Amino acid sequence: MLSIKNLHASVEGKEILKGINLEIKAGEVHAIMGPNGSGKSTLSQVLAGNDAFEVTSGDVTLNGENLLAKVTEERAREGVFLAFQYPVEIPGVSNLQFMRTAVNAMRHHKGEPEMNAAEFMKLAREVSKQVDLDPAFLKRGVNEGFSGGEKKRNEIMQALLLQPKLAILDETDSGLDIDALKVVSDGVNALRAEDRAILMVTHYQRLLDYIVPDYVHVLADGKIVKSGGRELALELEERGYGWLGIKDEATADSSALSNSAN
Amino acid sequence: MATTDQEVNELIKREYEHGFVTEIEVDTFEPGLNEDVIARLSAIKKEPEFMLEWRLKAYRRWLEMQEPDWAHLGYEKIDYDSISYYSAPKRKEDMPQSLDDVDPELLRTYEKLGIPLHEREKLAGVAVDAVFDSVSVATTFKEPLAKAGVIFCSISEAVRDYPELVQKYLGSVVPHTDNFFAGLNAAVFSDGTFVYVPKGVRCPMELSTYFRINAANTGQFERTLIIADEGSYVSYLEGCTAPMRDENQLHAAVVELVALDDAQIKYSTVQNWYPGDENGKGGIFNFVTKRAACIGKNSKVSWTQVETGSAITWKYPSCILRGENSVGEFYSVALTHNYQQADTGTKMIHLGKNTSSTIISKGISAGKSSNVYRGLVKFGPRAEGARNFTQCDSLLIGDRCGAHTFPYIESLNKSAIVEHEATTSKVSDEQMFLCRQRGINPEQAVSMIVNGFCKEVFKELPMEFAVEAGKLLEVSLEGSVG
Repeated sequence: MLSIKNLHASVEGKEILKGINLEIKAGEVHAIMGPNGSGKSTLSQVLAGNDAFEVTSGDVTLNGENLLAKVTEERAREGVFLAFQYPVEIPGVSNLQFMRTAVNAMRHHKGEPEMNAAEFMKLAREVSKQVDLDPAFLKRGVNEGFSGGEKKRNEIMQALLLQPKLAILDETDSGLDIDALKVVSDGVNALRAEDRAILMVTHYQRLLDYIVPDYVHVLADGKIVKSGGRELALELEERGYGWLGIKDEATADSSALSNSAN
Repeated sequence: MATTDQEVNELIKREYEHGFVTEIEVDTFEPGLNEDVIARLSAIKKEPEFMLEWRLKAYRRWLEMQEPDWAHLGYEKIDYDSISYYSAPKRKEDMPQSLDDVDPELLRTYEKLGIPLHEREKLAGVAVDAVFDSVSVATTFKEPLAKAGVIFCSISEAVRDYPELVQKYLGSVVPHTDNFFAGLNAAVFSDGTFVYVPKGVRCPMELSTYFRINAANTGQFERTLIIADEGSYVSYLEGCTAPMRDENQLHAAVVELVALDDAQIKYSTVQNWYPGDENGKGGIFNFVTKRAACIGKNSKVSWTQVETGSAITWKYPSCILRGENSVGEFYSVALTHNYQQADTGTKMIHLGKNTSSTIISKGISAGKSSNVYRGLVKFGPRAEGARNFTQCDSLLIGDRCGAHTFPYIESLNKSAIVEHEATTSKVSDEQMFLCRQRGINPEQAVSMIVNGFCKEVFKELPMEFAVEAGKLLEVSLEGSVG
């Protein structure tokens, strides 16, 4: 489904991705792990089409189509979904209106009729239960005053509403306590489907206890340095990144960051 | 995450949709201003003697006045002798007796603007007074209003038919000595709307005036006077558009509101005068004085404005809170794009005991525009227990525009309470990326974000117009992300 070949990308002239190769088939769940600064988040942003990053070479196709030739919103309508690590607030715009606008943009793209406010409300209430989010959140401004955990659940709720082909989850576990982690994981597991690929970016293996991946890749200094099955994550947990010849000096910082985001 | 310049440029090119010119026969004065011009104007309008004297007094004083230059605005000096001070559609008779006498081309103009004046298709539940260049061409729903005792007519008619009310209140809130533009208006005002709501009457429908500037090189100087007698209520809305012309046109209006004991006036404006093109050429110079006197105890005046048009906006709808427990409110959305300049805000003058006021101002700047909030909150020595709450928010779109806030607070009473909150934010790249990542196109995203920013003000507008205002913002904004 997703094919990444020799992808190089830079931000403000600094090369971050230095030749990524990755194949993900429909129905598979892949986890990308690696220390901070290895390029995990950059990969997510580049796939979703953030113009702040410049692709300098390489190819990315989704179901055979050149993804890099499309702008952000076209990629989204073709089924690329990114659950953000730090979802931004949009004050005054209700979550409900935001989500309905997004759902209708997708429906419009597929030639389906738009959903009216009442129909969407019904759907949104059902889906909000799936991620244990009080329907009162639907009326609040997008992410406005949400806790870290609420923001992450709100992201997964959007994935469930939009039913993407490729769901990219960027550090979805950061800032979550164990209960929230479970709720979010249940939501992600509900996304697993024969015709959908999931790419999880995470620093820690604990998420993988709840969402069991088919493949695990280790990213270091802009390249995938090792790939394996589920057991690779456990090995990393036990031995750290050092045995792969990777310096992981950022680990202490990143755990501080994930705590503060909670 | 920025939209590319090309995308932006394409979107900005969107044209002003009310920019057409109506081809009709008009009577227009030669440009220039002197006492003869004023006398001619007064004669055409068959005004009583007192009115001509009033105008001449204002004119003589105006000659001694200076054009204000304290605003944060830059424009070429206006040549007041190059402006024509009267332009009116030629009529078949002296005055139209009914809509049948109004030039059909004119009626079509209003239909194009979405303001049907024809009896058969009138705007449901809204009475409309249509002012075209210098004259009022039609007022709808006069009869049901008359039944309720509400007077809703052009100011020219009021001068003739209700001289006592006019003499008592005209200039009582904004005297001709108030400022340069108010002085000019007092001398040459050509038409506008007059409303009187008698004691204890709740006006049975929304009242609305639709202003249209059509003729070239003509100033529009309308004058509106609304009087709400004891215990009455009225909601009034004005809308404005003008053709696209390369020259700037002057619009210097005066609006006076008077609220007696327990009376309430809600005054809403959707201002969409031609803003000029993307290079800053043309557009309306909008120098307007709007003021309300809350004379009576427990009276209340609420100003709501959505300002998206005009090359220059200079406008400070204000409240003089004289009556005990009187309330003043100001809710404003001012949007500037391209080279538009707005210097707008309010004055809340607390004179009476326990008076209170609320100011919510939302300024949105895009393109290379400049958007200024200027406000005065003043407490007189007898304003025991008075209070004000002010919230001023600015939103920037792109990095070539400016937003400034000049709040002035003067208190002569120790018991007064003032709260002031201000924020400046940007439509951030992260917000845009989030919206686009969810499949929402950039124009829709900007419009959604800006509408969210303005929500507190839009909810104050009458229903029908809140929708219009939202759409207007969408049109004015599309593709302004850079």
